[in-house]
Amino acid sequence: MASTIRVRATASGDSTEVQALIQHPMDSGFVKNAKGELIPPHYIQQVVIEHGGKPVFIADWGPAVSKDPYLKFAFKGGKKGDDLKVSWTDNKGASDTLTAKIQ
Amino acid sequence: MKSSIWNDATVSRRSVLQGIAAVAVVGFTGIRFGMSEALAAANDKYPEDAFKQKSEADAIKSLYGKTAEKSDKVKLDAPEIAENGAVVPVAVSSSLPDVTSIAILVTENPNTLAAAYRILPGAAPSVSNRLKMAKTSNVIAVVEAGGKLYSATKEVKVTVGGCGG
Repeated sequence: MASTIRVRATASGDSTEVQALIQHPMDSGFVKNAKGELIPPHYIQQVVIEHGGKPVFIADWGPAVSKDPYLKFAFKGGKKGDDLKVSWTDNKGASDTLTAKIQ
Repeated sequence: MKSSIWNDATVSRRSVLQGIAAVAVVGFTGIRFGMSEALAAANDKYPEDAFKQKSEADAIKSLYGKTAEKSDKVKLDAPEIAENGAVVPVAVSSSLPDVTSIAILVTENPNTLAAAYRILPGAAPSVSNRLKMAKTSNVIAVVEAGGKLYSATKEVKVTVGGCGG
């Protein structure tokens, strides 16, 4: 199965800009399906981005983050060709990880 | 004789109540200490309780243990009008030094805290994401810098609610 994570990390000078797009339903628990039953909450709780084995950015999310979440941030110290590891875990204990190269 | 029994009963009931009150106070303080230690250690635990709070004041207090003051050094980018409440682009950045955390709250959502970001050493004090909004609401950006909290607020009008997201 293809990864649920897509990452574009671009280094320019000392700063690396990271854009991540994750495929996830992000069900809030407030929405009903076609039969009128509530769809139980199913959402990503935490995204951790690591560079050089150390976390540089941690996102804690509630169900108010949109479906297929998008995240953009920047950090210093990354170089072209470095590995950047992105992992998420959701409220049902599912998770996914992707390691991308900084461009 | 009768009255002394009555008195004994009163005393013992009072002391029981005092005992309960003492346990409650100790227990509550213990929890408070546990929370602030956890915050100080900046561990990577998911702040479950903060995401359950209904009001912005409770969510900020649960997340940081303090209150925020308004600051023009917190920049909150959000649309004036969101045609689709399911996908509202929101960006927060700050010119404050030593930023350690950024949180975004939507006051009219069932649970106000939408996202909290830990700005670790090396990361820029800036984040963009997309949030769901149930209806027209204030969006609050909270920035923790140098151990203090600063905030900025903007109203976003929603023409189609985001709970169907």
